[in-house]
Amino acid sequence: MFQGLTFDPVELPPAAEALRREVREFLRGALAELPPEQRAESWTGFNPEFSRKIGAQGWIGMVWPKRYGGQERSSLERYVVLEECLAAGAPVSAHWVADRQSGPLLLRYGTEAQRTAILPRIARGECYFCIGMSEPDSGSDLASIRTKAVATDGGFIVNGTKVWTSHAHHCDYMILFCRTGEPGADRHGGVSQLLIDLQQPGIKVRPIINLAGDHHFNEVVFQDHFVPEGNVIGALGDGWRQLMNELAYERSGPERFLSSFVLVTELVRKIGPHPSEREAIVLGRLIAHLNTLRGLSLSVAGMLQAGRMPDVEAAVVKDVGTLCEQEVPEIARSLVPCEPDPASPDPFVVSLARVMSHAPSFSLRGGTREILRNLIARGLGLR
Amino acid sequence: MTAAENLLEAAAKRLFATHVTRALREQAENGVWPAALWSALEEAGLAQPALPETAGGAGGDLVDEATALIAFGRAAAPVPLPETMLAGWLLAAAGLPVPQGPLSLAPVRKEDRLTLVRRNGGWRLAGRMTRIPWAGAVTGLAGLAETAPGTYAVAWIDREAYQAAPGRNMAGEPRDTIDFADIVLPDNAVAMVALTADDLYRRGALMRATAMAGALAQVLDLTVRYAGERSQFGRPIGKFQAVQQQLAILAGQAAVASRAALGAYEILARGEDAGFAIAAAKARVGEAAGVAASIAHQVHGAIGFTHEHELHYSTRRLWSWRDEFGGESHWQAWIGRRAATLGADSLWPLLTGTLDG
Repeated sequence: MFQGLTFDPVELPPAAEALRREVREFLRGALAELPPEQRAESWTGFNPEFSRKIGAQGWIGMVWPKRYGGQERSSLERYVVLEECLAAGAPVSAHWVADRQSGPLLLRYGTEAQRTAILPRIARGECYFCIGMSEPDSGSDLASIRTKAVATDGGFIVNGTKVWTSHAHHCDYMILFCRTGEPGADRHGGVSQLLIDLQQPGIKVRPIINLAGDHHFNEVVFQDHFVPEGNVIGALGDGWRQLMNELAYERSGPERFLSSFVLVTELVRKIGPHPSEREAIVLGRLIAHLNTLRGLSLSVAGMLQAGRMPDVEAAVVKDVGTLCEQEVPEIARSLVPCEPDPASPDPFVVSLARVMSHAPSFSLRGGTREILRNLIARGLGLR
Repeated sequence: MTAAENLLEAAAKRLFATHVTRALREQAENGVWPAALWSALEEAGLAQPALPETAGGAGGDLVDEATALIAFGRAAAPVPLPETMLAGWLLAAAGLPVPQGPLSLAPVRKEDRLTLVRRNGGWRLAGRMTRIPWAGAVTGLAGLAETAPGTYAVAWIDREAYQAAPGRNMAGEPRDTIDFADIVLPDNAVAMVALTADDLYRRGALMRATAMAGALAQVLDLTVRYAGERSQFGRPIGKFQAVQQQLAILAGQAAVASRAALGAYEILARGEDAGFAIAAAKARVGEAAGVAASIAHQVHGAIGFTHEHELHYSTRRLWSWRDEFGGESHWQAWIGRRAATLGADSLWPLLTGTLDG
């Protein structure tokens, strides 16, 4: 029976607020020269130099144990670092996936050898991860994947194709989601997560250019690629359950409502100190949405910190959050008449063009809107 | 939520479930005062949960008040509970005694202005007050009146002292008009207060937003339950993805509303400036109310459009409450002007409560 969704209150500890000032000060210096069109890329901006800088501050993997290069800080402190980076338009993409998903996955299910070899490098901002999930014939229906790892002497031979793999061409490792056995009745059995060293032979990375003309996506083809036994993450055949545990982290973070925030800031600048009644109402509505979304997202961060698994609540954050992110360019152009131009010298116009051309992806990446709503409906007891 | 708050929540839910029947709501809409419900609320300490015991309250905190308001909104209870709390807050802030019984307050609209001037050792009260909740049914009103431009006093106005011309909102809750033309109040019924009309309006907005969050939770419950019970094409309509997707949106709106309202209460309870959070909550919850009511009625189909079905006790309240103490556009404009005045580089500090840092 439906018990209702829970969004517990959370109060940021004083340490987190002190850290916020430190992060803000750091970003002011580190991003001083970053042009607006790059800020508008939000967390898709890939910049190893910046990642190493932020790693040197101790702000990657900051909740992990010190012996793995972490700082043993709370996930609410980490939340503050993330939201400050996103609000400022910092190019965090290089380390984002490793910090959010791959590192925590290795910490939870990885072997000691995997952890000691990789986690400290992630924390230094030197080691980047991509996620191999979707395939040409498997998107939302993830259980239908066909990429297969077949056991061989000392490891596995992998064959298959992954698509929409962001930044695979820049990354060191991939967490590969692949079939290692028969599916079983619920279709969720027989899949595993393997740690793939992208420098090894038998892997071809081909660019897929997105509609904005950017090369973020790739197609990654595995052809008799050998994966050593020691690169299995967690238990063989337990990949589905392991993956489901990542999703609450992947779906509830501040990146699910702040992808367009740089444009909101430029919109406020454009409107200036004396808004018309209409401008004030439209802008105020957007800010009310953002404020509420932050409350929801923080609440999920607090529940994760408390050891809960709020996967349905996380889906709500992403569903409601991405709707708001996608509305931002529509609202911006309704208030400021202009033609969006990705080469414009005007920070507002260029941000508008960037955000507009990236907005369709907001409700696709990390689980489509329809899949999330199915998950929420299941939480309501309807499925 | 602490164990004590859970107890309060459970007690409030039980109390409303016992008393608030269809018959009670119907009688209340026809002008019958639900005396037994009100006595039960007072006995349970739910009428003034946040006032200290010395002021006649239950000695709890603002989170208790929010908890009681959520339960009230969920129950669609036909009593002036938020108004009683709001009047108690005003009277206590001015150091005046807080009477027992249901209370209300004036003014509740931006356009209405109450004034007090000295006369014969007492105070002359003046002002035409519109849409006053439950004015005819309460023990009396707490009035927030100007004694000079920008200077306010709270006045206790006994029910005996005024005539209330009856009116109603969409939910059938009394919203009356009172013409204070020549009423003289005794000196001990008036006390100066360090509050303004804006403070009262904002507090009223927070209470409406919080009760709406409760009503939205009820609308979600009713709709999910109905979708599981109603069968068409050989299966419950809740098994159809088209319906499930709508219910998922509804669940999101209910979640947004409750976190927005409670979040504002939490800031207020910490003694911080909650002005922005309250404005954002009333604007956002009001928007959620419209979306949620629309989905709930669509999923319920024709039966939900009948007087017979209970859905309307919640949706008519949502349609009323979202426009009381400022509708969405009022608070959106307030936020927009504030953000514009602060400037682009203060937008993020505004959202994170770090404007000074």
